[in-house]
Amino acid sequence: MKIAVLSGKGGTGKTLVAVNLAAVAGQALYLDCDVEEPNGHLFFKPTDVKVKDTVIKIPSVDDGLCTGCRICVDFCQFNALAYIIDHLQIFDQICHSCGGCALLCPEKAIVEKNKIIGHIEAGISGKVSVRSGFLNTGEASGVPIIRDLLDSVDLDQQKLVFIDCPPGSACIVMESIRDVDYCLLVAEPTIFGVHNLNLVYNLVKLFNKPFGVILNKCLAGEENPAEKFCLEKKIPILGRIAFDAELGTINSDADIAARVSKKYQEQFTSLLTKVLMEAENEAVISS
Amino acid sequence: MKIALPVDEKNIDTTVCPSFGRAPYFLIYDTESNDYLFYDNQAASSQGGAGIKAAQSLLDNQVSFLLTPRCGENAAQVLNTGGVKLYKTISESAMENINAFNDGKLLLLNEIHPGFHRRGGAGSI
Repeated sequence: MKIAVLSGKGGTGKTLVAVNLAAVAGQALYLDCDVEEPNGHLFFKPTDVKVKDTVIKIPSVDDGLCTGCRICVDFCQFNALAYIIDHLQIFDQICHSCGGCALLCPEKAIVEKNKIIGHIEAGISGKVSVRSGFLNTGEASGVPIIRDLLDSVDLDQQKLVFIDCPPGSACIVMESIRDVDYCLLVAEPTIFGVHNLNLVYNLVKLFNKPFGVILNKCLAGEENPAEKFCLEKKIPILGRIAFDAELGTINSDADIAARVSKKYQEQFTSLLTKVLMEAENEAVISS
Repeated sequence: MKIALPVDEKNIDTTVCPSFGRAPYFLIYDTESNDYLFYDNQAASSQGGAGIKAAQSLLDNQVSFLLTPRCGENAAQVLNTGGVKLYKTISESAMENINAFNDGKLLLLNEIHPGFHRRGGAGSI
């Protein structure tokens, strides 16, 4: 069972949910696909960490062969190439490594060179296998790292996989949820939170993924716009996490609530049961 | 010599567009003949690298000076390499800025921002 944890904005509690569910699951694989700012490892503090670079292809031009025909410049959908006074200039950080420029160059003046854009780390924390992707600062896209991360282990051989997604609903999120069985949307009780929940709600519907919501930062007796949204759209609410100072403190200390607090160990265990029940039901319905 | 400005409309009373790479039009003004023309900025709807593509179009139009409120680093790199000098606009009206430039009242643009590259962060494409 592969479960993605996602949200339309940062700071709603994706990592909190993904890390704690993995921690109470017994044997599980936790994948941190939030490669622009991975932080799951700060909680798991994995040991026996192995590191592998992620490499992409970037064009490089041989000025002696380039005739300035500009086929490559006109072709590039990301405008990563400019032809300036008899010289082709390449903007590495804008290039999306499609290889089109090298393919189209009639003079074979463009060759592709390897460039390291980040790395993945694999380690172990208790019974949880922890793998995280790290994108180097300034790079255009984390997608190649997410691909490396998802390909680094045979996910179908794993009993339970939790994918901690990047925030938003962009390409890197789509890449992260592409092959999952179930999506868990984490929402916070603000108008802004609802707006962003709506974005991921539309995304998971577009991908035909079964999904449910966890309401985080719930305040007793206060109106919850995210809950209202779920009720209106008939989205299953799988759990509620209170806006709790104790939980905040545990998080600030980079501890895993389910490992240091009996209360949260119980809460996340029952949340996991609910999520798995829901995910397995949906898997049966859709299969 | 030709000067270019990112503009909002295709008439000489137009305002200067606050964005360089994603301005809808460019105004090219010839300071010797006082002739001018407008062209559509093909880069405006680019997925990315709009500044680079817009800068390339200025080079292709043999522009010597760009008058703009701001400019991103990639566009500035193309323009600097291509020998285009950047000046900072001082008011909204395109014509006022052209006159100010001709009177030597504009200063070189020396604040180059790191760009507003839309590359799929939270809530964007």
